[in-house]
Amino acid sequence: MHWRRRLLGGLAIVAVLLMSACDFSGPQSAMSPAGPVAQAQLDVFMWTYWLSWPVMLLVGGVLAYALYRFRAKNEEDSKTIPHQTHGNTQLEIAWTIIPVILVILVAVPTVRTIFASEYRIEREQYTADDVIVRATGYQWWFKFEYPVEGFVTANEMVIPVGRRVIVELDSADVLHAFWVPNLAGKRDMIPNQDNQVWFSADAPGVYYGQCAELCLGAHAYMRFRVIAMDEADYQAWVDAFQRGAELTQNVQADPLVEQGRQLMAQKGCIGCHTVDGFYPGVAVGNPDYPDLTNFGLRTTVGAAIRENTPEHLAAWIRDPQVMKPGNRMPTLWTADDPNAEEEAAALAAYLLSLGVASDETTATLGGTHGDR
Amino acid sequence: MAIGKLGAPPVVGQPPNTLLTRPTWTEGLFSWLTTVDHKRLGILYLVTSFIFFGLGSIEALLIRLQLAIPDNTLLSPDFYNQMFTMHGVTMVFLAIMPMGIGLANYFVPLQIGARDLAFPRLNAFGYWVYFVGGLFIYTSLFLGGAPDVGWVAYAPLTSLSNNPGLGTDFYMIGLFVSGIGTLVTAMNLIVTVINMRAPGMTMMRVPMFTWMMLITSFLIIFAFPPLTVALFQVMMDRTFDTLFYVPAAGAMPILWQHLFWIFGHPEVYIIILPAFGVISEVIPTFSRKPLFGYPVIILSGIFIGFMGFAVWTHHMFTTGLGPVVNTAFALTSMVIGIPTGIKVFNWLGTIWGGKVRLTTSMLYAIAFLVTFTVGGITGIMLAVPPFTAQAHDTYFVVAHFHFVMGGGALLAFISGLYYWFPKITGKLLDERLGKLTFWIMVPSFWLIFFPQHFAGLMGMPRRTQTFVPGIGLEIWNLLSTVGALIMGVGLILFVLNIILGFVRGKPAGNDPWDARTLEWSTTSPPPYYDFDRQPVVNDRDAHWVQKYPESVHGERVPESASEPYDRGGAHIPGQSWYPFVAALALLPFSYGWLYDNMWVVGISMLVVTVATYAWALEGVGGKHIPVGDALDADTERGEGGRS
Repeated sequence: MHWRRRLLGGLAIVAVLLMSACDFSGPQSAMSPAGPVAQAQLDVFMWTYWLSWPVMLLVGGVLAYALYRFRAKNEEDSKTIPHQTHGNTQLEIAWTIIPVILVILVAVPTVRTIFASEYRIEREQYTADDVIVRATGYQWWFKFEYPVEGFVTANEMVIPVGRRVIVELDSADVLHAFWVPNLAGKRDMIPNQDNQVWFSADAPGVYYGQCAELCLGAHAYMRFRVIAMDEADYQAWVDAFQRGAELTQNVQADPLVEQGRQLMAQKGCIGCHTVDGFYPGVAVGNPDYPDLTNFGLRTTVGAAIRENTPEHLAAWIRDPQVMKPGNRMPTLWTADDPNAEEEAAALAAYLLSLGVASDETTATLGGTHGDR
Repeated sequence: MAIGKLGAPPVVGQPPNTLLTRPTWTEGLFSWLTTVDHKRLGILYLVTSFIFFGLGSIEALLIRLQLAIPDNTLLSPDFYNQMFTMHGVTMVFLAIMPMGIGLANYFVPLQIGARDLAFPRLNAFGYWVYFVGGLFIYTSLFLGGAPDVGWVAYAPLTSLSNNPGLGTDFYMIGLFVSGIGTLVTAMNLIVTVINMRAPGMTMMRVPMFTWMMLITSFLIIFAFPPLTVALFQVMMDRTFDTLFYVPAAGAMPILWQHLFWIFGHPEVYIIILPAFGVISEVIPTFSRKPLFGYPVIILSGIFIGFMGFAVWTHHMFTTGLGPVVNTAFALTSMVIGIPTGIKVFNWLGTIWGGKVRLTTSMLYAIAFLVTFTVGGITGIMLAVPPFTAQAHDTYFVVAHFHFVMGGGALLAFISGLYYWFPKITGKLLDERLGKLTFWIMVPSFWLIFFPQHFAGLMGMPRRTQTFVPGIGLEIWNLLSTVGALIMGVGLILFVLNIILGFVRGKPAGNDPWDARTLEWSTTSPPPYYDFDRQPVVNDRDAHWVQKYPESVHGERVPESASEPYDRGGAHIPGQSWYPFVAALALLPFSYGWLYDNMWVVGISMLVVTVATYAWALEGVGGKHIPVGDALDADTERGEGGRS
C-alpha cells in the first residue's frame, strides 16, 4: 500500500515543483498581478487549478491501475470473457455527486469574484478620487482621453498608484479589446456599446497591454502601456499635459529640433497628428489620429512596439512598415531620397523635445514668440 | 477491389425515357458520382475529410513556423490571417465534423441492421453539397485571397468597408452552402435511426455511436439555422447594402456574436458527441465488457446536447454583458462538466474488470480519455468569467479547445478509423506501424498544445501574427513549433499506414476484434445490401450475444427470434445523377453570388429546381434481392465470405 502513497506524494511534489520551477511572471503575465482586480482573477484561477489536481490524479490513477490490473496477459488470456457487468447504480450516484460537489466548489468563489470585480460603475457613482479615462480603439492604436483633466494622449495611459481607474471603452472601427494582464482582465471595445473596465495599481511600474480581439492588419502590433506613478509624479505628468501648449513652444534652441518642426508641416504630419501648441494659436491635427502632444514624455514608439529612443523613433518615421507591417502611417520618402535619414532624425529630435520641461525651456518661454 | 462494390444492374422495369432512367454503373468514376450507397458515401466523406484535414494541418504548420521565434517575418500579417482563418474553418467545418458524419454514414445503418439510410439520394446530395462548399471555400486561395477574419468572423470586421476583398464572401457563401448539406444529412440520420432499426432493436438496444449520432443530428438541426441567418445578414449587408452590421448606421455588432455562438457552442458538441460515440464502441470491444452505465451515458449525452444551447455567452464573457449574465452562463457552463465527468467515469468503469487489449485503436481511446479530461478541466476553468477575463482570446483558450477538439474529437476519430478500417476494407492495418505512429502523434500533440497554456497565461493573445520578445513567450512558442514538426512526421506515418493497409493489409475476416455490435456480423467489406438476412435483435450488443449468449444470459439463453422478416426479399435503392447535379449547380450559384452576377445565380437555381423535379420523377430503379439461400445462388458476395 505504501508505494501508492509514495507515488501520490511524489506526484504532489512534482506539481509543486512544476509551479515553482517555472517563472510565469512578466510585464504582460496574468500570473503576476499588480492590483486587486488581477489578484482576484488569479486567485479564483489558482483555486480551480489546485482543485484540478485531485481530479486528474483520480482519473489518471484509476485509468493506469485498471489498464495494468485488467490487461490481457497473453493471447490465451485475451480470449477469456470477463463478467459482463452492465452498470452499478451506487457507483453512478457516487460519480454524479463527485462532479456536483466539485462544480459547487468552483461556482461559489466564481460568483463572489464576478460580483466583486465585474460590476459596472455608473457615471453618477464616480467619485472625485477616481481617475477617469476614455479609451478608444483604432486600427491599430489606442486613444486615451482624460476628460476631467482635459487632454488627450495615445498608447500610454499614466495612472496614479492606489486610486481607482475607470476606463470607458469605445471603438472607432472594428472590435478591439483593452487588456493589461497585470492589472485587470480584458474587456472588449465595441462600436455603439458603452463598455467599461476598472482597476487600480498597487505599485508604481510599467504594465504592458495589448489588443486581444482580431482587428486585421497590424493587430499583433497594437500594444499599449499603463504606467503607474506615485501621486506626485502623476500630478507632474498631468501638469505637463495641461501646460502642453506652453512647453512645446520652445524648440528653436536646437536647429535640428527647429528643422523637425518645419518638416512636421512640410511633410504633412500635422495634418493628422495633433501637437498641442505646435504654433502659437494654431489648432492642427485630426482627433482620429494619435495625438503627439508631449511626445517626449512617451516611453514607446508605434503603439508600444519599441522603446522611445531617437534611433527607434527616426527608423519608425523613416519607414513605418518595417517596424509595424500593415499600419496606416504613410512612408514620407522614396527609397532613394538622399535626405530621408537626416529629415527623419530631425523629426525625431523635434518630437522627443515635446513636453520635456527643462529649466532652460521654462526660462526661454515667451521669447520664442517674436521669432515667428 | 470490392470496397463499396455495387450490385448488378437492376432487374425491375425502367421507364423508356433515358433522362429519367436510373444509372447503373457498378464501377468507375460514374459509379461513384451516381452512388447512393451509404457505405460508398461514407468512404467519400472520410477520404474528403482527411484531405481537408491534411490541408488544415499544412496551414497549422505554417502558423507554427511563423510563431517559432518572435518578430518572425516568414508570413505577412495578411497571409497569416488567411492561414489561421482557413485552419479554423477547415478543421471545424470541412475536416472533423465530416469525419463524424462519414463514420455515421457508414456505420449507423450497419449498427442498426438497416440496408441504407432512409433517404439514400438525399444522403448523396448532402455529401456533394459538402464537397462543393469545401471546394468553393478553397478556391478563394487562388481568387484574390482566402477569408482572413477568423473562423468566428466577428462583425463589423466583415462589413464591406472594413473588408472589401472577396475572402469574407467566400466564407459566408461557402458555409451557407455546406450548411445545407449538413442539415439534410442530419435529418436523414434522424429518420433512419427512428424508423429503420432492425426488428427487436429498441431504442435502449441501439449502439452508443448511433445514439450519439442521433443526438448530434438534433443538435445540427437546431444549431445551423441561427448561423444561416447570421451568414445571410452579412451577405445582405455586402450584396444589397443592408445595415445589419454597420455601426455607423447604429447597428450593434454584438448581435453577430450571439447568433454565431448559439450555433457555435452546439457545434462543439456536434463534433465531440460522435467522438464520445466512437469511444463508447472502442473501449467495450477492447475491454470485452459491455459499456458501463449505458442508459446513464445516453442521458448524459442528451443533457449535454440540451445544455449546449444554454451556454453560448461563455464565449462572450469579455463583451461586457454584465455580472448577472456572466453568472448565469458561468453556472450553466459548469453544469455541463457534470454529465461529461459521468461519461469519463463510466468509460473507466467499462475498463475496470475487463480484459484489456492494447491495440492501436484502444491506445488512441486511452489517449483520448486523458487528453479530453485535461481539456475538460481547463474548460471548467474557462467557465469562470473572472479567469476568462484574462484567458479569453489567448493561447490558453487555444490550448483548451485543441485539447478537446484535437485531443478529444480527432484522437477519437483516429481510434475509430483503426477500429473500423478492417470492416471498411476487409484488411488489417499494421499494428506495429500504428503503435509507432501513436507514440509519435500523442506526445507531440501534448508538446504542441500543453505549453500554449503557459503562453496564454503569460499574455500571448491568439490570432496575432507575431509576438514581442522579452516577456517570456519565446520558449513556449518554440516548444509548440517543435511539437508541430514532430506531429507532421506522425501524420505522414499515419497516412502511410493507411495506404499500406489498403495495398497489402492482411485479410481481416468479419470480426477481427471479437466485437459487440451488428456491423461486425456481416462480411468485411459488407456487401452492397449490407446483410444477408435481416438481423433480428434481442439484446444490447447484438452481435456479442449471438456469439456468446451464455456470457450475458447465463443458463437462461432465450430463444433466438428467427422470424423471417425479410421473406419477401429486400429492395436496394437505385443510383441517381440528380443529387450530384443539384449539388454541383450550387457551385456556379456560389460564384454568381460572389461576383454579384445574378444571371448566373438565377440559371443555377433553375438547374437546382429542374434537377430536384427530375429527382422526384425519375424511375424507381434499384434492385430487388431475394434473401437467405436464394441470395447465395443469385449474387456474388464480398471477398470476406460468410463467417
